[in-house]
Amino acid sequence: MAALGGLLAVGITQFGLEASVAQLCVTGAAALATQAFATKAFPTKAGAWRRGGWAIDWRSPVISSLSLTLLLRTHDPLIWAGSGALAIGSKFAIRVRGKHLFNPACCAIVTLLLGTHAVWVSPGQWGALAWDAAALGLAAMLVLSRAGRVDMAGFFLLAWGGLLAARCVWLGDPWAIPLHQMQSGALLVFAFFMITDPRSTPDSRAGRLVFAVAVAVLAHMLQFGWQIRQGLYFALMTVAFFTPLLDAVLPARRFIWAPRLLEV
Amino acid sequence: MRVLTIATALLFAYASAAQAFCGFYVATTDQKLTNRASRVVLVHQDGHSIVTMASDVHGDAKQFALVIPVPTVIKRDQVRIVEPQVVEHLAEYTKPRLVQYFDPDPCPARDYGGLKMVSRMAPPNPAAAMAAPMNRVRIEAAFSVDEYDIKVLAAADSNGLIDWLNRNGYRMPQDAAPVIGSYIKQHMHFFVAKVNLEHMQNNPSGFLRPIRVAYDTDKFMLPIRLGTVNADGPQDMIVLALTETGRVDVTNYRTVRMPSGVNVPEYIAEKFGSFYDTVFDRQVKQAGGSAVFLEYAWPIGGGMQLCDPCSSMPMDQQELVALGADWPSQPNMWGQPMSRGFVTRLHVRYDRAHFPEDLQFQETPDAQSFQARFVIQVASKRRTMLTCAAGRAYRDALHLRWRAENATLAQLTGWDPADIRTAMVAYWNRTREN
Repeated sequence: MAALGGLLAVGITQFGLEASVAQLCVTGAAALATQAFATKAFPTKAGAWRRGGWAIDWRSPVISSLSLTLLLRTHDPLIWAGSGALAIGSKFAIRVRGKHLFNPACCAIVTLLLGTHAVWVSPGQWGALAWDAAALGLAAMLVLSRAGRVDMAGFFLLAWGGLLAARCVWLGDPWAIPLHQMQSGALLVFAFFMITDPRSTPDSRAGRLVFAVAVAVLAHMLQFGWQIRQGLYFALMTVAFFTPLLDAVLPARRFIWAPRLLEV
Repeated sequence: MRVLTIATALLFAYASAAQAFCGFYVATTDQKLTNRASRVVLVHQDGHSIVTMASDVHGDAKQFALVIPVPTVIKRDQVRIVEPQVVEHLAEYTKPRLVQYFDPDPCPARDYGGLKMVSRMAPPNPAAAMAAPMNRVRIEAAFSVDEYDIKVLAAADSNGLIDWLNRNGYRMPQDAAPVIGSYIKQHMHFFVAKVNLEHMQNNPSGFLRPIRVAYDTDKFMLPIRLGTVNADGPQDMIVLALTETGRVDVTNYRTVRMPSGVNVPEYIAEKFGSFYDTVFDRQVKQAGGSAVFLEYAWPIGGGMQLCDPCSSMPMDQQELVALGADWPSQPNMWGQPMSRGFVTRLHVRYDRAHFPEDLQFQETPDAQSFQARFVIQVASKRRTMLTCAAGRAYRDALHLRWRAENATLAQLTGWDPADIRTAMVAYWNRTREN
């Protein structure tokens, strides 16, 4: 989360990102409010109604809000709020066997892209990040290694990079092209903060490998075959439908956020 | 402070001349053609693209030749000639602008002021020349459109195509083989054009008009790679994208907004062209050479406010249709038909090291207006300034303002503040009322 916050800070200062602190606050407030409301309405292990007051898990809303602020562009503050609410709402509304199906931020992005004509994602906004990206990636890895899902980012980036490299070899292009494509900031945000979501990915390592490779292949096809620039998010949403199947075929112990609750 | 007038208009030349057109001018002989900055008008909607390429070729037009990768076979009726004034108008209309606001006389004795139009034209830069260094080839179509002889080629391998091009008078360097090979594998065809010599004899001006090609494709992109092969240095291209509703964004490079709304010293009015070139150079360097710059984004249809300020008359419907931007008009609040459309002007300086990939675009729903706009606040030049208390306060404020303008200019251009100060003082002394 610190890495994500850092990325946002770097983005706003260095890259003149249109992302703003205001967007983060509005999205975050909506996400937290939704989390609070939903926790109250649908108590789960992670956030329960307690001692007359209530406690909510603040990490998932904050991470989702950061991702949304980094990726989603719109001028309408109502949509900022809507994106936060949609993201967290989807966690509670769309559940299969007690596990939410979609990554919250990705679900909000795809829903808004398809459902409105007011949002966009600018995959090029980060330019080629190169070394800064590597440093942030490492920082992110440290965060994720505690969540036990760092393998997911690795599987995905290897698969994605492998496909780009294969395409490059097939076309006879210079290596500068796949290198440039791999340095996309939006790709790294996706790899480290979205696809690695421990709650909406398969429980077993083999399942995660299959999942990550499937996302990479589908996204590659969408991006280069169908010229869909937001292929990554659509691919993640599509493959997420198969998570319950992967969990059924390749069962493992489920990830649960260690309780760290915000007493309100 | 009362804003008296708005004046505007300017032209500028691009510091580094483009050598290849979208990356694809080639000379037919060793004769050098110079080409300041290629301009491309891009209309894209729902799997349909219309690309108009205009160049500012200096040299013998007979030597002109063009090679463009295109995603489909192009037929005769998909190619049209566009009058150069149309593209010129769109470029004029969207270019970075300088606006002037006039301070009133702080000690008014008589009416003073008034509107003043400033028009600044930077001298054209000596353009670098195009040394463009650019068998199984199937001619899928061959036809002439006015001054152009056009062929659409499909090739099975890059060397065959390069041989064919060279045998037919297009100079295509062998280095281009990997790039051409890559396009062939992506099922691209090659649209090649030369000047029809017979037609040119009837056209003594020797001027080549923009050529417009329409095709059905999902690929919203511009092929720039061919033009970076063997180029001497970076090339400039202005992309004027016309879309129905929103701004166009580059998805595989960073799109950076040019500085806008900043106050610069008055004397910049006399050298806006070179000033803007310097600012652009600096922006390119600050972005590491690998960004695309947004210079203008504005609704272009018959809306209420078509530009602010307008650097030229708004585009009329016929001109937009000539470029392929032909969206059905919608009634406005008074029931009159109102055309739609949005124009995005992107300026890119590209070379092979910083732009390995072709430019990929997307249309966003972002319809907010943006323009690269620089502001000059013209000080009162009255000698009587110190005759009243308000005048003395005005002078003190002016000194502070000048300091701020100097700092802004130094930061935008990298010029030495001491030199800027000298120029500002000289301009003040020269323009002050006698």
